[in-house]
Amino acid sequence: MNCRSEVLEVTVEARQVEEAMLALLHTILLHRSSGKFHYKKEGTYSIGTVGTLDIDCDFIDFTFVRVSSEELDRGIRRAVSEFKDALSITGSDGMGQISLEFYQKKKSRWPFSDECIPWEVWSIKVNVVNLANEQERQICREKVGEKLGEKVINVVEVINRHEYLPKMPTQSEVDNVFDTSLKDVQPYLYKITYQITDTLGTSVSTTMRRLIKDTLAL
Amino acid sequence: MDSGLSPQDKKDLDKFIKFFALKTVQVIVQARLGEKICTRSSSSPTGSDWFNLAIKDIPEVTHEAKKALAGQLPGIGRSMCVEISLKTSEGDSMELETWCLEMNEKCDKDIKVSYTVYNRLSVLLKSLLAITRVTPAYKLSRKQGHDYVILYRIYFGEVQLSGLGEGFQTVRVGVVGTPVGTITLSCAYRINLAFMSNRQFERSAPIMGIIVDHFVDPPCSSQRANMGHPCNYRAPDEEDGYAGVQDSQEVCTTSFSTSPPSQLYASRLSYHHPAQTGAAELCHPAANQGLHAGKDHGGVVLVPQPPHGADAHLTVEHAANTPGSSGGDDGLTHSGERRRDEGSSVSPSDPVESLNAFTRKIGAFVNKSNTPITAASLDLPFAAFAPRGLDSEENDPMVQPPDSPPCPSPLQASLHSQGSEGSGQQDDFVMVDFRPAFSKDDLLPMDLGTFYREFQNPPQLASLSLHISSQSMADDLDSLPEKLAVYEKNIDEFDAFVDMLQ
Repeated sequence: MNCRSEVLEVTVEARQVEEAMLALLHTILLHRSSGKFHYKKEGTYSIGTVGTLDIDCDFIDFTFVRVSSEELDRGIRRAVSEFKDALSITGSDGMGQISLEFYQKKKSRWPFSDECIPWEVWSIKVNVVNLANEQERQICREKVGEKLGEKVINVVEVINRHEYLPKMPTQSEVDNVFDTSLKDVQPYLYKITYQITDTLGTSVSTTMRRLIKDTLAL
Repeated sequence: MDSGLSPQDKKDLDKFIKFFALKTVQVIVQARLGEKICTRSSSSPTGSDWFNLAIKDIPEVTHEAKKALAGQLPGIGRSMCVEISLKTSEGDSMELETWCLEMNEKCDKDIKVSYTVYNRLSVLLKSLLAITRVTPAYKLSRKQGHDYVILYRIYFGEVQLSGLGEGFQTVRVGVVGTPVGTITLSCAYRINLAFMSNRQFERSAPIMGIIVDHFVDPPCSSQRANMGHPCNYRAPDEEDGYAGVQDSQEVCTTSFSTSPPSQLYASRLSYHHPAQTGAAELCHPAANQGLHAGKDHGGVVLVPQPPHGADAHLTVEHAANTPGSSGGDDGLTHSGERRRDEGSSVSPSDPVESLNAFTRKIGAFVNKSNTPITAASLDLPFAAFAPRGLDSEENDPMVQPPDSPPCPSPLQASLHSQGSEGSGQQDDFVMVDFRPAFSKDDLLPMDLGTFYREFQNPPQLASLSLHISSQSMADDLDSLPEKLAVYEKNIDEFDAFVDMLQ
């Protein structure tokens, strides 16, 4: 099965990184979260209710909708926070990419560990810029708000193509498809990773890989 | 149409489409109420949350939607549309967007109704939640209240997009295929309001703490609930019922008359009162229909206007005899405007009180040169919405500074540098496009630029006025040697005085 891959690109100021990432990731997860499944006898199940919440951004003229689940929000914020810190370490004008990957688990026989097969990957490329004065920052607030609006429309467009989604699982398989650890909602299994590109344009991981390869080659 | 669809599936599908339509309307209207929406997730299914989403049902909205549908379902050629429009406190209205739920003939026979269609409709509703926060009308709706309200109207049948102006844009929220057709949800929105939203509606908020609603009732808080009166759109005669008290209280201090929004506002005022045009008529109240002096108090003319479009409004104007002004008042020296419901009485003391607070400003900034602009704006409908030209640059004192008068002493020069509108220069604009450091002054109503403008030009202290100060300085200097001689002569007296103190 092919993994669907979508790339979104945004240019923001350093202080807008967190909110921009939260806006986009939450928008995607809103569409990829379901209510909690309650399996009944005869193989049927009922689904819980997903609430929503409007969030106003402080540094961007934008409001986004997220799932009303504090646990989910905490998880996303943690990941975004790490990403933001990693970006700021590299210096002022940084570039990075945060990826939200939805995957299915495939149980393998011992001694092999379970496989994680992604079926949808969203990559958000971030360019961080520095602005000189307050006027530019004001303009940036509005512009980034508009851009995020466009990205939300892009996300919605992709999702509404109704392409591959994992089959609804039986009770025994539900943990291979959904993240059932949350109390109130049930998103598809996901993980968030990121990579930072240093100012030379190469990603840090490729530099490290090259170093190790060179060392081993000696 | 029903080939291959079991009766149960058909029944389910109809139910899904009906409730989807109702929920769509709820989401759209709730997104335009001007408040943030918050609903809770619930892990145990309640059975009443359609599409597994917690979307509240506002009863009036459901009622209106059912009325519009009149027992029918959206189908091929029968679209359900929700029209969102904006209505200003003066009664001007404009369509902002139209959300359309349509169906076309493209059928997906193999799709499972009770499962796949249901889930996809759920995803489509989530998309609608996201997209309703993205269109330009969302920001406008969050700021509604004093100057304008957002209205909705639901209709069924053919889609009408002509009211959206030229160049409107369309965003497609999503599609869901069903065995009877493909459901499409889209939004067509006006784009040439985006410019106005930043300039007119944001800047016309009260400025700098001088909010004139001290004297009147606050705007009815049920204004938001008035979204549930789509009839207002269809029947403009019924405006009375819904608005409650709509106060468009503007502190139109003329120190801002040069900046686009207050001129915009002032020209709006002029447009709306065709009986009061130009400077001359304000000085001759007798000649002006609709103007009569209710109370003469230091030159204040109280003007109860005859009802206009079922709204009664009170205009307070400042006539010519304020100190320092040379009779050059025109529409731009309005200090404020209030509206009340038809039939409520107006207390004359209130506008006077509010005017006294502004008297000093009005005296200083009389502006003649804008008369042609306000007169011209009368010819255009929606003149208030027209972008402001850049013609003020000719009068911009920043661009072409007024000649400073001759300064006999350095002290006078420094006294004069700030107060460029001393006696005899009242006709000029004070400031245009003033951009203080570290701030952008045309977005927030109460920011640095406004503060500067407010407090930069206080009236001069009498003791610091030029003639007296120059005279006293000169006198002081001249009399100094004589004084010294006198003091030397009486030096013994001074010494005795000092001894006495010790």
